[in-house]
Amino acid sequence: MLIHCPACGPRSHHEFTYGGDATIVRPAPDDTDIARWQAFVYDRENPRGDHQELWHHVFGCRHWLKVTRNVTTHDISAVELLGPHAKDANAGEAGR
Amino acid sequence: MPGVPKRRLDLWLRPGKKGRQRQMSRFNFWELAKNALSAHENWGRQWRAPEPKGEYDVVIIGAGGHGLATAYYLAKEHGVTNVAVLEKGWLGGGNTGRNTTIVRSNYLWEESEGLYDHAMDLWQNLSQELNYNVMYSARGVMMLAHTIHDVQVFKRHVYANRLAGVQNEWLTAEEAKEYCPPLNISKNMRYPVLGAALQRKAGVARHDAVAWGYARGADKYGVDIIQNCAVTGIRRGADGAVEGVETSRGFIRAKKIGVVAAGHTTTVMDMAGVRMPLESYPLQALVSEPVKPCFPCVVMSNTIHAYMSQSDKGELVIGAGTDQYISYSQTGGLQIPAHTIEAICELFPMFRRMRMLRNWGGTVDVTPDRSPIIGKTPVPGLFVNCGWGTGGFKATPGSGHVFAHTLAKGEPHPINAPFTLDRYRTGRLIDEAAAAAVAH
Ligand SMILES: Cc1cc2nc3c(=O)[nH]c(=O)nc-3n(C[C@H](O)[C@H](O)[C@H](O)COP(=O)(O)OP(=O)(O)OC[C@H]3O[C@@H](n4cnc5c(N)ncnc54)[C@H](O)[C@@H]3O)c2cc1C
Ligand SMILES: [Zn+2]
Repeated sequence: MLIHCPACGPRSHHEFTYGGDATIVRPAPDDTDIARWQAFVYDRENPRGDHQELWHHVFGCRHWLKVTRNVTTHDISAVELLGPHAKDANAGEAGR
Repeated sequence: MPGVPKRRLDLWLRPGKKGRQRQMSRFNFWELAKNALSAHENWGRQWRAPEPKGEYDVVIIGAGGHGLATAYYLAKEHGVTNVAVLEKGWLGGGNTGRNTTIVRSNYLWEESEGLYDHAMDLWQNLSQELNYNVMYSARGVMMLAHTIHDVQVFKRHVYANRLAGVQNEWLTAEEAKEYCPPLNISKNMRYPVLGAALQRKAGVARHDAVAWGYARGADKYGVDIIQNCAVTGIRRGADGAVEGVETSRGFIRAKKIGVVAAGHTTTVMDMAGVRMPLESYPLQALVSEPVKPCFPCVVMSNTIHAYMSQSDKGELVIGAGTDQYISYSQTGGLQIPAHTIEAICELFPMFRRMRMLRNWGGTVDVTPDRSPIIGKTPVPGLFVNCGWGTGGFKATPGSGHVFAHTLAKGEPHPINAPFTLDRYRTGRLIDEAAAAAVAH
């Protein structure tokens, strides 16, 4: 599996650490609804199709990426840089 | 009997009763002898291939070992026989037919000890119960400790198990080698063996035979096992309760639905709008060319990600770890088995020149606390048995037994009562993550 890192180019997924479901949203710190916290901590999208997920380029630029991958075919349709440099980098690279 | 044409001989032995009676026949010495006379060409089919009826009392989604065992006990112990088991592929073609068949019950927490030891009790005479040889072989499962942390964790398991009356004992490295002579216990390995936890009545069973035995048993009671029938939707009424399932072979009405779909549970539960704390990962295994008997037990090592046994055919059966990412592809990355093989070669130097024949993967449904979910859901009439992840084969009989109770009574059996979906809200987790990081 190749992941096209917007900063480093196409690299084997062995250079990356998987960070899991990227759609999880943390409730506000003062949110008292137990169901929302339970969903945040435990429930996962786990779709049989396109999955938005985090990958950390640990043996490369060390950026976190948001990758859209089909988890049945392993086709990657989008890669987006996260973090402070995201804006500049994503403007230049279309991902893939 | 020379001179008698085979076909004629068969007619003489079974006058005019093809199929039906054979289906109902019991396996015993007399049957074996009779069938030997016709060169074993006339064993009938062991279960029917029925058309789906319009309505069932219970529809089970997934004909793996757990789904089939559930149907068997529903019919046998609860008299619920108007049951269909729907399978999108062929029965036993999911993780049941892909696993490395390790059976053990030395888990850490009382809840798990209750569940897995219940299964262990049922394994003891499952072949007699089903009149089908499931080849349960209590050859012992030995779990290796390679670090001080491992030693402490395994000893804690041994003590916890003994308090609960579950068999488990601690062995020194030398005792481990005595139990399994091919084991390398030299001090200059990267991760030397410091000792091991041994459960003697643990072992292996034949995975396919478990699925087939339960299928045959359930079919005898009138359960319809319907293969090539994918569930594509769950229909719910105005009150929210289930009404039935949409399938590739039409709508089937059902009073109760049991989802036993392993790696596909999230997909099926999405059809009813229930979100699950599950992720589906690839898990791989591989077998070597067959060789003469040379490996007496099952050896597992969580720390260096390898475990192995020898099948009765002679193949070394080797289990690898999961990939780090989710996937429904039933294949994993090559680096995973390569890593396992390196560990096997270090642990058992005598296998360094063995050739591997086949490698495959399954899709395992992993929960946050590595314990299964067996019970009710927020949807009336919808029940789920899932989250067995990398290690549910061993529990097949017990899981089916308690889930059948849950479906029949609408309430859990005391053994599966702690394994609710709700525990992720209440915080009463059953954390076996340390026990089953990769292992089975
Ligand atoms: C490589 C590997 C090694 C393993 N080793 C061990 C081991 O040594 N010991 C151990 O205890 N466990 C082990 N396991 C885990 C074990 O295999 C599983 O926990 C267990 O077999 C699960 O059984 P099941 O009946 O729940 O699932 P499955 O056998 O996977 O059955 C689920 C069935 O549901 C069907 N299905 C899914 N979706 C639908 C749908 N929409 N409509 C109709 N049918 C559907 C699937 O086709 C499948 O046949 C291993 C697993 C793997 C992959
Ligand atoms: Zn990079």
